[in-house]
Amino acid sequence: MSSVELTSLKAKHDAEIQKLTEQSGVDASKCYQCGKCSAGCPVAFAMDYPPRAIIRFLQLGLLDQALRSKTIWLCAGCHTCSVRCPKEVDIATVMETLRILAKKKGYIGDKNIDLFHNAFLKSVERNGRVYEAGLVLTRNLFGRQFFRDTGHGLPMVQKGKISMLPHSIKDNGEVKKIFENVRKRGGNV
Amino acid sequence: MKYAYYPGCSLSSTGIEYDMSTREIAKVLGIELWEIPEWNCCGASSAHLTDHLLALALPARNLAIAEEAGLDVAIPCAACYARSKATEVAVNESEEMKKTIQEVIERKYEGKSKARALLEIIGESVQGDHIKERIHILLTGLKAACYYGCLLVRPASTAFDDPEDPQSMDQLLHLFGAETVDWSYKTECCGASHETSAKPEIGISILQKIFIAAQNAGANCLVTACPLCMNNLDMRQIEVEKYFSTKYNLPVFYFTELVGLALGIEPSKLGLNKHFVDAMPLVQEVLNRKGGEQA
Repeated sequence: MSSVELTSLKAKHDAEIQKLTEQSGVDASKCYQCGKCSAGCPVAFAMDYPPRAIIRFLQLGLLDQALRSKTIWLCAGCHTCSVRCPKEVDIATVMETLRILAKKKGYIGDKNIDLFHNAFLKSVERNGRVYEAGLVLTRNLFGRQFFRDTGHGLPMVQKGKISMLPHSIKDNGEVKKIFENVRKRGGNV
Repeated sequence: MKYAYYPGCSLSSTGIEYDMSTREIAKVLGIELWEIPEWNCCGASSAHLTDHLLALALPARNLAIAEEAGLDVAIPCAACYARSKATEVAVNESEEMKKTIQEVIERKYEGKSKARALLEIIGESVQGDHIKERIHILLTGLKAACYYGCLLVRPASTAFDDPEDPQSMDQLLHLFGAETVDWSYKTECCGASHETSAKPEIGISILQKIFIAAQNAGANCLVTACPLCMNNLDMRQIEVEKYFSTKYNLPVFYFTELVGLALGIEPSKLGLNKHFVDAMPLVQEVLNRKGGEQA
C-alpha cells in the first residue's frame, strides 16, 4: 500500500463513515486497538485483514479499503469479538453493515459466498422456506463445485433427512410481499 | 405450559431428529407445542448479510402469528432463535422500527410475543422434584462436551446464559445423570456458514480444533442445541477425519435426544439411528447399564 495523507482522507470520507455509524449503531472511534477481537476470531487466520484492522480503517477514513476487503465476506457472524470487546464496540455488526454496503456498491469479495446467499433468499422468496436440495444444486452448478457434498446426498435421502421436492407454504403471497415491500424501501434484495 | 412452536427449515430436513426428539420430550414434560401455521424461513444467515430490514421482517411474520395466538415462541434452532430475538428486541426498542416492520409484513406485531430458546424452556420445565419420577434411565457413562456454539448465547445483551461459559445444558444433563467435561470450545463457532456456502477449507480447520479440544477434555460425545452445528459436527466429522488422516469417533447428540433417552423414549422415536457418526453403540452402552443404576 502506498502512503496516504490522513487529514484530507478523513475529511473526504467523514460523511460516509458517519452514515455507516448511524446504520450500524456502532461507533468505531471508541476502539483503542487492543486486538482482542482478532485474537478470538475463529476465521482471522483466513482473512486478508484481521477485524482490528477493519475498525482501524474506519477510524482513519480508509472506507474503501474496508469495503474491498475479503474479511467482511469471511466473517462468520459468530459475535465472539463483540462479546469480548472491552470498549463494547459491536464489531460483528460493523462487519455486517460493511458487507451490505459493499454489495450495494458491487464490491463482491467472494463470488461463491455471494451466490450462495442470493440463491438462499431466492428460495425463501419463492417457497417461503428454504429448499435445501435445490440450494445445494445451485451452489454446486453455478459455483463450479460440481462434486461438493455429493457423497452425503444418498445417505441424506436414505436417512429421510432431505426432501427432493421443495415445500411451499400457503401464505397467500405474504412472504413475496415482504420482499416487495423491502425493495420499495430501497432494500438491495 | 403452552408455546407457539417454530421448527424452522432445518428441522424438517437435515435436522429432523431435533424435531422428532423435541416433540417427544415435550409430550412427556407436559409442554404443549402449537406449530405456527404456515411459518416462513427466518432468513438466517443470508438475510442479515444482505438487508437489515428484510432480516428483521422475515422472523416478524412468525412472531406476529404467535402474538395473535397470545403465545411466546419456542425455537430449537440457535440461528432461528438469534434472528427472531433480534426482531423482538428491535421492535421493543424503537417505535419507529415497530411501525416500519408492521408496514413491511402487513401484520400487527407489538413485540409482546417473545422468542425463547428451547434449551432454556426445557431447562425450566425440569426444575423441581416432579422430574425425578419421570427419569427412567440415568445417563451414566456419558462424558459430554456441551457445545453451545455461537448464536445461542450471543449477543450478550439478549443472552439467557453466560456468553463465555454457559452452564444451562451442563446442568440439564447432570440432572439426568450424565457427566459433562470442562472445555474451552463451548461457544467457539463451528464454521457452518463456510462449510455450507463456499469455503470448506476454512470450516474443516475450525472443526478440527473443536474435535481435538473435546477429545483432550476426555469427552466421549458432543452435545448440541443447533441443527447447523449438528450437521457440521456429525456429517462432516468423517470429512475432517479423512483430511487429517485421523479418527475422532465422537457421536454428536441433540440435548433433546439425551433428555428423551433418560425419559425412557425409544431411541428410534428420537431419531438416534439417523446420525452419520453412529451414535447407537454409545446409546446401547447407556441402555445396558440401566439395570444396575435405574433411577
